[in-house]
Amino acid sequence: MTSIRVDLQLIADMVAPDTRALDIGCGDGALLAYLVNFKRVDARGMELSQAGVNACVANGLSVIQGDADADLRAYPDAAFDYVILGQTLQATREPREVLLQMLRVGKRAIVSFPNFAHWQVRLRMVFGGRMPQTTSLPYKWYDTPNIHLCSIDDFRALCRDMGVRIERAIVLNSKSRPIRMPPPLANLFGEQAVFMLRRD
Amino acid sequence: MLQDLTDAEQMALAQCRHAVLGDGRPLRLDCGVDLGPYRVAYQTYGTLNADKTNAVLVCHPLSCDQFVAERHPVTGKEGWWDSLVGPGKVLDPARYFIICVNVLGHCMGTTGPLAREASTGQPWNLRFPVVTIGDMVRAQAALLDHLGIPDLFCVIGGSMGGMQVLEWAATYPKRVFSAVPIACAAHHSAQNIAFHEVGRQAIMADPEWKGGDYRLHQTVPARGLAVARMTAHITYLSEQALQRKFGRALQDRNALGFGFDADFQVESYLRHQGSTFVDRFDANSYLYITRAMDYFDLAGAHGGVLANAFRKSATRFCLMSFTSDWLFPTRESREIVHALNAAAANVSFVEVASDKGHDAFLLDEPEMFRTLSGFLKGAAAVRGLKDLS
Repeated sequence: MTSIRVDLQLIADMVAPDTRALDIGCGDGALLAYLVNFKRVDARGMELSQAGVNACVANGLSVIQGDADADLRAYPDAAFDYVILGQTLQATREPREVLLQMLRVGKRAIVSFPNFAHWQVRLRMVFGGRMPQTTSLPYKWYDTPNIHLCSIDDFRALCRDMGVRIERAIVLNSKSRPIRMPPPLANLFGEQAVFMLRRD
Repeated sequence: MLQDLTDAEQMALAQCRHAVLGDGRPLRLDCGVDLGPYRVAYQTYGTLNADKTNAVLVCHPLSCDQFVAERHPVTGKEGWWDSLVGPGKVLDPARYFIICVNVLGHCMGTTGPLAREASTGQPWNLRFPVVTIGDMVRAQAALLDHLGIPDLFCVIGGSMGGMQVLEWAATYPKRVFSAVPIACAAHHSAQNIAFHEVGRQAIMADPEWKGGDYRLHQTVPARGLAVARMTAHITYLSEQALQRKFGRALQDRNALGFGFDADFQVESYLRHQGSTFVDRFDANSYLYITRAMDYFDLAGAHGGVLANAFRKSATRFCLMSFTSDWLFPTRESREIVHALNAAAANVSFVEVASDKGHDAFLLDEPEMFRTLSGFLKGAAAVRGLKDLS
C-alpha cells in the first residue's frame, strides 16, 4: 500500500489499534483503508460526494453518503472510540454543534483544519487586500466550501468555552512538518493543525 | 401435492427444485393460520462449499420468480437478474451457492392461492390465508433448515426482494452475514398502497374474476390483471425514461386515429406489458403478493422504532437506491441507514445516479455492479471466503 497524506498519517498515528472509528468526510477512503489494513480498526466512513462514497464501497469500505451537520444525530452515544473530522470542520454549517455531536458519538474526537492565522494568509489579507488563497486554502471567495474558517487560537478558545479537553495538538508548517512552538508563534507559523479532544 | 397444477406451474417445477415442508410442523403465519404441508419451489446455481459458508440467497421482487439466471420455462425470456448472476458476473456460481426461492403466495410452484387445501381438496383461491413478507422469509428459512444450510453469506434483493432482505436481517440476524437491500423501504408508503389498490380493484372488477373462483369457472380475469400490470409498470419507470423511450410517438400510423385504439407507442407498450404478464402470473397471486408488500412495516413490528429491528446486529449492510426511483425514493433508504446507524450496525449506502426509475436495479447499471462487487469482496475477506476454483 502506498503512503497516505502527512496530515492523515498524523491522525492515523493517534488512533489505537483494534478500536472503532468513524471518519467524517472520508473522501476516497485513504485514511479508512489505512486504519482497517494496518491497525485492524473497525472503521466506518461518511462522505458527501457520491463519487467518494461509491469509490469507498467499491473498495470494500463501510461508508454512507451523509454530512456532519445532519447525519451524526442518528448515532447512539459513545458508539465509537474516535470520531474523525479531517479538513472539514470549516465547511460545516454549525461547527460547534458538530463538535458536540462528535464528542457525544465518540469517546474522542480528532479534528484537523487549516489555520486562518497563518502568516501567508495574514500577509495576503493585510498587504494584498484580497481574500487569501494558499495551498491549504486554494479556493476563490465565491466558490469556497469553507464558510467557518478559524485560527488555531480561535479553536483553542472554542474548546475552552465548551469545556473540552485538548489531549493532543499538533501544528504543521507549510511543508506539512510538525513544529513545536508556543501557541502565539504556532498560530503564526502553523498552516494546519490536528487536535485530539475529549470531553471533560 | 403435485396434482392439479397449472401449465405454468408444471413447466416451472420441471425446471427447478422443490421441497414439501411443514408436514407435521406447520408454518405459523402472521394472520394466525397454521399452513402445512406446503410446497416451496426454488432454484440453485453453483455448489455449496464444504464449510457451508458461501450460500447467497437472492430474494425476488413481485413480478419475478426463482428463475434468476436462465431462460424462463414459461416466457422463454432470459433470467431477470442475469446481469448480476452468472459466470463472470458479480454473483458467480463458481464462487457462491446461489439460491432463489419462489415466495409463498406466488404462482411459480410454491404454495399460494392456486394450490388445493389439504383438508377439503378444493382450490384455496381467496380462502388462502393472507401472507406477509415475514411469512415468506420464515418459509425460506424452513427451506434452508431442510437443505442443512446454517447461515447465509449474503441475502440480496431489490424492491419486494429488498423487503425480504430487511426482514431476514431483523428476524435471523445470526444467519445473515451480509445484507443488500436495494431500491426498497422499511414500509410501504400510502402512495405505494394506493397504486396496489388500483391494481387489485382492476382485477376484482373483471367479470371473469368470479370472486376469485375463476379456475372453477374456467375463465381468466385477463383484462383486470393486465390493467393492474399496466398501472404498476408506470410506477417502475421514471417520467424521463418514458419520455425518452416514447415521447408522443405514434404507433404504426402517421396521424391521430380519432378513436381509442393505441394511437401512441406508450399505449401500445403498456398493453403489451399487460397482456404478456397474464401468461405468467396468476390474478389471485397478484392480490396476495401486493397485499404482503402493503402490510410490510418493519418499524411497526418493532415497537415503532426501526432501529430496534437491528439492535446488536453483526450483519454487514449495503443499501442502494436510484436517483430517479419515485416508487422507493432515496429518502426511504436513508431512513433505514439512519436506523442502522442508531443501532451502531455496519452499513454502507450508495445512491446510484440513474434516470431509469425503480426498474434500474434490474438493468445494466455499472455503478451498482461496481459497488456490489467491492462490498462482497470486503465481506468475503472478513468471512474468510476463498475461491472455489
